[in-house]
Amino acid sequence: TLNLLYKTYLPSQTNPQNQSISSSFYPIPLAGKSRNSPEKPSNNPFLQSFDRLISRIRDMDLNFEATELRLGLPGSIDDQPEIKTSPSPANTNKRSSSEMGSSISDANDTSRSPPPAKAQVVGWPPVRSYRKNILQGKKTDESELGCGIYVKVSMDGAPYLRKVDLKMYKSYEELVKGLQTMFKCIIGLYSERELGYNHGSAYKPTYEDKDGDWMLVGDVPWEMFLSSCRRLRIMKGSEAMEG
Amino acid sequence: MAYSFPEEVLEHVFSFISSEKDRNAVSLVCKSWYEMERWCRRRIFVGNCYAVNPKIMIRRFPEVKSIELKGKPHFADFNLVPEGWGGYVYPWIVEIARGYPCLEEIRLKRMVVTDESLELISKSFKNFKVLVLSSCEGFSTDGLAAIAANCRNLRVLELRECEVEDLSGHWLSHFPDSCTSLESLNIACLLSEVSFSALERLVARSPNLKTLRLNRNVPLEKLSTLLQLAPQLVEFGTGVYSAEIRSDVYASLTEAFSGCKNLKGLSGFWEVIPAYLPAFYSVCSRLTTLNLSYATAQSPELTKIVSQCHNLQRLLVCLDAYLYPIQVLDYIEDTGLNALALSCKDLQELRVFPSDPFVADANVLLTEQGLVSVSEGCPKLQSVLYFCRQMSNSALITIANNRPNLTCFRLCILEPRAPDYVTFEPLDAGFGAIVENCKQLRRLSMSGLLTDRVFEHIGTHGKKLDMLSVAFAGESDLGLHHVLSGCDSLRKLEIRDCPFGDKALLANASKLETMRSLWMSSCGVSFGACKLLGEKMPGLNVEVIDERENLDSLHESCPVEKLYIYRTVAGQRWGSNKVLKKALLVKESD
Repeated sequence: TLNLLYKTYLPSQTNPQNQSISSSFYPIPLAGKSRNSPEKPSNNPFLQSFDRLISRIRDMDLNFEATELRLGLPGSIDDQPEIKTSPSPANTNKRSSSEMGSSISDANDTSRSPPPAKAQVVGWPPVRSYRKNILQGKKTDESELGCGIYVKVSMDGAPYLRKVDLKMYKSYEELVKGLQTMFKCIIGLYSERELGYNHGSAYKPTYEDKDGDWMLVGDVPWEMFLSSCRRLRIMKGSEAMEG
Repeated sequence: MAYSFPEEVLEHVFSFISSEKDRNAVSLVCKSWYEMERWCRRRIFVGNCYAVNPKIMIRRFPEVKSIELKGKPHFADFNLVPEGWGGYVYPWIVEIARGYPCLEEIRLKRMVVTDESLELISKSFKNFKVLVLSSCEGFSTDGLAAIAANCRNLRVLELRECEVEDLSGHWLSHFPDSCTSLESLNIACLLSEVSFSALERLVARSPNLKTLRLNRNVPLEKLSTLLQLAPQLVEFGTGVYSAEIRSDVYASLTEAFSGCKNLKGLSGFWEVIPAYLPAFYSVCSRLTTLNLSYATAQSPELTKIVSQCHNLQRLLVCLDAYLYPIQVLDYIEDTGLNALALSCKDLQELRVFPSDPFVADANVLLTEQGLVSVSEGCPKLQSVLYFCRQMSNSALITIANNRPNLTCFRLCILEPRAPDYVTFEPLDAGFGAIVENCKQLRRLSMSGLLTDRVFEHIGTHGKKLDMLSVAFAGESDLGLHHVLSGCDSLRKLEIRDCPFGDKALLANASKLETMRSLWMSSCGVSFGACKLLGEKMPGLNVEVIDERENLDSLHESCPVEKLYIYRTVAGQRWGSNKVLKKALLVKESD
């Protein structure tokens, strides 16, 4: 159906019914994979490793949530809160605990669950950043009047600086994806368990916080990161390994 | 020549010719006209700051009063041009300060303007009157303080959608008490508070103030104070249009608005509390421009407003652009665009922005029907910018038949490569109808699923097309070839994510010298082709913008990430502040 052609499912969808992990932002089918068919084992090694990566991401979701710092009483989060950006149909009506802030936009209308958020293609749709900021300001809480949080991002070895608006992202995963796209490197995924990024990646995203200290991106809860990050630097090579 | 006019007469005649195109034509008639014209040209427009250098300009036109410069390519607006690319104005200011001490006006777009530049401007031109910065960045409120303090006869200070580092709101206080000449002040893009008392005093002592656009931090409660001080305003931009609902605030605001008998344009309205909207109903019938695009308009309010704006010529709104798939296909809500079609017969320009491009909301408000209605109901509609989620060939064909007088048509279907939602076909026929029927079409932006066929239509019919924007479209080089070979008036072409490679580009290389610029990103143009173009075409700068490593060892056949080609008489980049390490400037000399 038309519907499925244009939906994008982020791999972090926790809905077990949804097996379609490979649809990209525009309908370019992956070799050997029909968009509508459920996930099946594939002989294609690329797809196999992709599938493994996706499973690992799903596992990591749960870990990430379990170890995230919270200020609320234990057990105050009733059902599965949204940490990632894409609300699966079952959960859209709830905001996660207020201390964490909501990473999902309000879904006041409980009768319809909105389609998931999209992976962002750089510069698309062609809406200027100040417009995006202003309009997204409506979704966050009173304090910030929708001004974007622009920070500079540098990557070791890259000739250009970039600027990102942190408010465009609702989680570390989105941010890392966005950075990956921007700099076309594989940063990998943050895992609390492994206390750092996959060792397979030579790049480590770091940031300078309000106190001037350089931290690893992902160390603190997302909201805290938003308010303390001054700029980002993607470090490379051995320097990064020391962390 | 016995029968030639004396110079003074010719000069007098030339003084009535203001458009750059006409001036350029005049200067080509003969040598003596060239000479005369260059001495009396007062306004210069430079569409690409790297196409020419200021020394050349000053040498040819020694007595200029007004300059307009543009820097970065249009796609910089969408973060496709990396920081550090260029567009620095400082080298221009240095030369202009020397060459044009009597300069009065500077207008800049998409340029990097530093505080240093602003200070230099403020100190170099004793009769400086107009500063307009659009989509510029690189400066802070300190630079603005310098302008305020030193430009004694400043009439216009407009910051349109600039990125300004807000160091202090007190820069406004730097306008001396003796400065009473202000006619236009636009600070809408400033993010922090400006000192309200300084603003108030400034407005009070500026009897000629016609345009005032505030930033979002000026509270609603204070608007009436300002409006009462400046009832002569023609254009007014509010701050955040929301506050606690209080009848006294409402009453004084209503009174203040009704006192503004000359008000023709309203903007601002970041966040709207509907209860306060009727406060400006008294001015609606006189409004020709209304910009509500910073807040998501709810249909009932929008309907009420536009129903009263019978003289509206220009409307910018922001609507929820998401259609929830399939289930609600039949549900079309009146968005207020139907009211627009009924009430605003003078409408010339419509811009509809999406409310939240990235997260789909459950609200269903806008379909392509809104645009079709407006195209039917508004006979003077010329310029359209419309974001939507779905479009069909039949809707586009209807629009094309309704409005052959369109000059600017920009349609953005939010999903790349979205086909006709009814037939699932590409939208070639629809856009084809637009270019075929709208014979005066100068600007076109396309989206949705498009094959090479649409480019064939454009090449065949788009003879007046000046600017074309293409994204996620086409199938082969043939598409690009149609455009480059067929569009006689094409000056700006920007392309992203299309499967266009070397062949069409190289085959139409000479066309590039007749254009201002060509941008191609995420296409298939090879490094080798870029080098070849740079070598063979001395009148072009071919810039490869690529953020990969080891660019020096890039293979000839490897496609480049981004490509920016523009014609120039200035040779390689002039006076960049930074050395571009990995953007290669490929030219004959390399």
